[in-house]
Amino acid sequence: MNPLLRLQGVTRRFGGLTAVSKVDLEIAPKRIFAVIGPNGAGKTTLFNLICGVFPTSDGVINFNGSKTNGRVAHQVARLGISRTFQTAELFHNLSIIENVMVGRHLRSRCGMMSAALRMPWERREERAIQESAKEWLAFVGVKSQFDSPPGNLPFVIHRKTEIARALATEPKLILLDEPAAGLNIRETAEMGELVCKIRDAGVTVLIIEHDMSLVMDISDAICVLNYGCKIAEGAPKDIQKNEAVVAAYLGKEASDADRN
Amino acid sequence: MKQFFKYIPLFIVVLLAALFPFMVGVKSYWITVFIFVGIYSIVTIGLSLLMGYAGQISLGHGAFFGIGAYTSGLLTTLANWNPWLAIVASLVLTCIIAALIGYPTLRLRGHYLAMATLAFGEIIVIVFTAEVDLTGGPSGFGGVPRLSLFGLSLKSDLVFYYFVWGLVSAVLLLAIHIIHSRVGRALQSIHGSENAANAMGVDAAKYKLQVFVLSAALAAFAGCLYAHYMTFVSPTACELKLSIMLVVMVAVGGMHSIWGALIGTILLTILPEFLGVFQDFDILVYGAILIIILLFSPDGLYGGVRQTVGFIKRLQRREAT
Repeated sequence: MNPLLRLQGVTRRFGGLTAVSKVDLEIAPKRIFAVIGPNGAGKTTLFNLICGVFPTSDGVINFNGSKTNGRVAHQVARLGISRTFQTAELFHNLSIIENVMVGRHLRSRCGMMSAALRMPWERREERAIQESAKEWLAFVGVKSQFDSPPGNLPFVIHRKTEIARALATEPKLILLDEPAAGLNIRETAEMGELVCKIRDAGVTVLIIEHDMSLVMDISDAICVLNYGCKIAEGAPKDIQKNEAVVAAYLGKEASDADRN
Repeated sequence: MKQFFKYIPLFIVVLLAALFPFMVGVKSYWITVFIFVGIYSIVTIGLSLLMGYAGQISLGHGAFFGIGAYTSGLLTTLANWNPWLAIVASLVLTCIIAALIGYPTLRLRGHYLAMATLAFGEIIVIVFTAEVDLTGGPSGFGGVPRLSLFGLSLKSDLVFYYFVWGLVSAVLLLAIHIIHSRVGRALQSIHGSENAANAMGVDAAKYKLQVFVLSAALAAFAGCLYAHYMTFVSPTACELKLSIMLVVMVAVGGMHSIWGALIGTILLTILPEFLGVFQDFDILVYGAILIIILLFSPDGLYGGVRQTVGFIKRLQRREAT
């Protein structure tokens, strides 16, 4: 099967620091692909490069037949890549449902003029946006308090709303940046189920996560980054046994001691 | 049902505006004052969309006001254009100028628009003052015709009052519609988190530019109304002090709400009536008001009142349980 996303020699330098170095990746459609690695390994930078938050210094990113590097974030979103953020960046000035309604932005068309004059088609479209937002909130399991601002709600609702917002763009690929960070054990398990549900709905998932049992549980394939370089890639059970990975996580001595 | 809540403040404004002349007397001086409140409100409603919803500050809206007044005034006096045609022409001109200023500056993050519009505003004032042959220089020019609507002359202050406040209500209605639409959500999302808005496919620069051009056009439209009401235009109508006053009005009222903009405009337009004793130092009073508001109620008077009401409600609920 053709990969949905292909990275070839993707590099990003910040001054003298190489945050991501010559990363090659191929991500098959309708799979859960995890990116793991110690803190500062360049995982979020890699996400930002894929999404066009900043340009690559070198290399090519191909998504679904079109080059994405050289495009800025909102253009990449138009191609069908959506994402969540490590810190759950909801719009705090909007209610929960309005947050998800912003996700319908690309799937609706009404402009400033027809909005100001409240044309009949604008009203129809607005109703459709609202219905769809409710459906996506139901999909991620947010059941009530649609009209409250995010500020007063539990963090797990933030995480889920953010995922609903990303899904509302009807992406082909969704990038989840540590969706289980800040969640308790029960909520983390729920999040795992939700991620599988997203894949089963036909959306390819690229996920950064520190909760190893979650990653090993749900991922179809895993890539490990360390100091910006890819050090391993494969199925979860292979990654667990990989020496380079163990060394990166526990330090060289620890893995040596293990062997002796 | 919820759909109607957002119109309630508008009903209140329309009702109060309609009854106001009967409360103060139809020949009262306050009618004139509230014609100016109405004219400035048209600017500040647009400005609050720009500041509160797009998160950008413009220090050049006085200049757009001036462009509207001068273009419409000159076309009707020197070229004998129909006033309505002159107003349309000045709106088109303003939109073009605003797009030229906004296009490069709104692609940058930060307050570059404020700097660009500040410089632009100064240039406009200098041009209007220096082109003595055309504009009458510092002393301005008169003879701008009054407006008439369907054969009905808007010469009387009372008629013009209702005309202006009819327009204010219309602008408020358009603003409410924009806020509660796909475009309004896009604008608010940029303000909430530009990164996340971009990730949802919102072209931040495009919407900031659109709202900037819209607010500039509203400022120019208000300028036209001013010219045709005063029948006289001079550079004092568009100097930097006006630009700053407009921003202060929005900030004092509460920039996250068009209703705040309206409250701020009313307050700061009628305030000079009570500040006679300060003479030329009234600008100091405005500065003091702005500082006090920003220190104690950063969301402006409207935001402050809303917070207080919410606080009292919470207290009552706590006592009830």
